[in-house]
Amino acid sequence: MSLRGQAYIAGAYEHPTRKAPDTSIAQLHAEAARGALADAGLTKDDVDGYFCAGDAPGMGPLAMADYMNLRLRHVDSTEMGGSSYIAHVAHAAAAIAMGRCSVALITLAGRPRSEGQSGTAARPVVANAPESPWEAPFGPVTVNLYAMCAMRHMHEFGTTPEQLAWIKVAASHHAQHNPNAMLRDVVTVEEILASPVISDPLRRLDCCVVSDGGGALVVVRPEIARALRRPLVRVMGAGEAPKGQLGGDVDLTFSGARWSGPAAFAEAGITPADIKYASIYDSFTITVLIQLEDLGFCPKGGGGRFVQDGNLIAGVGRLPFNTDGGGLCNNHPANRGGITKVIEAVRQLRGEAHPAVQVANCDLALAQGTGGLLGSRHGSATLILERA
Amino acid sequence: MTDHALPNPPVGPESAPFFAAAGEGRFLIRRCTTCGKAHWYPRALCPFCFGETAWEEASGRGAIYSYSVMRRVPSPFAIAYVTLEEGPTMMTNLVECDLDALAIGQAVELLFRPSEDGTPIPCFRPT
Ligand SMILES: [Zn+2]
Repeated sequence: MSLRGQAYIAGAYEHPTRKAPDTSIAQLHAEAARGALADAGLTKDDVDGYFCAGDAPGMGPLAMADYMNLRLRHVDSTEMGGSSYIAHVAHAAAAIAMGRCSVALITLAGRPRSEGQSGTAARPVVANAPESPWEAPFGPVTVNLYAMCAMRHMHEFGTTPEQLAWIKVAASHHAQHNPNAMLRDVVTVEEILASPVISDPLRRLDCCVVSDGGGALVVVRPEIARALRRPLVRVMGAGEAPKGQLGGDVDLTFSGARWSGPAAFAEAGITPADIKYASIYDSFTITVLIQLEDLGFCPKGGGGRFVQDGNLIAGVGRLPFNTDGGGLCNNHPANRGGITKVIEAVRQLRGEAHPAVQVANCDLALAQGTGGLLGSRHGSATLILERA
Repeated sequence: MTDHALPNPPVGPESAPFFAAAGEGRFLIRRCTTCGKAHWYPRALCPFCFGETAWEEASGRGAIYSYSVMRRVPSPFAIAYVTLEEGPTMMTNLVECDLDALAIGQAVELLFRPSEDGTPIPCFRPT
């Protein structure tokens, strides 16, 4: 059985806040849920499936189902960091196909900006995590693990800081049109290279923003989608794959997208050349480059040449990406960008992106996420959507 | 030079023999008794075939696979992956070195550095 055509994304909502010191995390989840249900034209009483991940407060789905007072018959709290919500769409489609639920709600929210969390802060040591004795002493924060991927990629393939900077340039060109984006100024390669090095070779402007906020999605059965007055966005294919240190056969030049991407394309029955718009998880510029290669948009090692000279800018390049400004400029709520990747893909397929960045005839879009830490262990989730 | 404090590892039943040996100056890795392959980090079950594994003393020689110097902290330091002569690649810190003179491929050797509570931590320095 394939997921192809089994479910539709009927509602999508990105919380407009980027700083919420006086709002609880549960409230942010619920406000995002309310927004997505209103977008779909549904109510909370229609929801019978609920999906959330590690950002949900308390005991996750139990706490949030109680807070929102949902009557559920299907619950899923798959945790793959920032990629979770992309995987949740696929899991929701599978649950719908199996008749386990009809209206699935997915939420994400968090306040890392108000709580002072960032990619240079020491990560809490989880004592029972099997890797902790072998990693905790070495100061693996967030940025230095991604930086080691960039160092190795540069070593093996000659990728340059200038090429990485083009990814941020493209995101900034898109963010200028997004009134909610945290960083709306267009930046140049020179400005990015002049920003301070955080962890070699990644500079401040290679890093995503730290923002409060949230988002939600509503995935429904085909019959329900067709009865709603919204453009139809159909799930076509999906893949997911965790990747770690491979028992010591460490290879930092590729991500789990090497496995999740081909699975998604095969299920959808299309190739990368068919994709009109791509949301690519952008915790750092290097994250984008490695995933683009793994998804097959260019050969392994060719990512630097692929992204340079504005090739990711809508209306300019061959592959418009992250037209909301992405995590690099717009929003990275809960330090997890997966849900905003799906939300902007839905906007593009509906023709509801900002006119300055709307892709013409956008009928096939991809949302790609990595969650966790690219340089140690992470999850990858790939989702292909079609305008029906 | 780098002199940042190393946080303590949460030592548990699977890792305790490693740190006990490290206290005697011996650097242990684990190798599978079924498929014969060494792995990292050390596990009781082989990550390649689920066979039983056993401790053995390793040479402590290796080469830098990748690294990054964390600059925006009070004491800059180098995190790295080092590929051991025995095969596996492990996360570590590069110490007793010029942080601006490191390179991928550089030969390195093991030394133990104490964490905040004195636990010996496997670090490397250029040879
Ligand atoms: Zn084995």
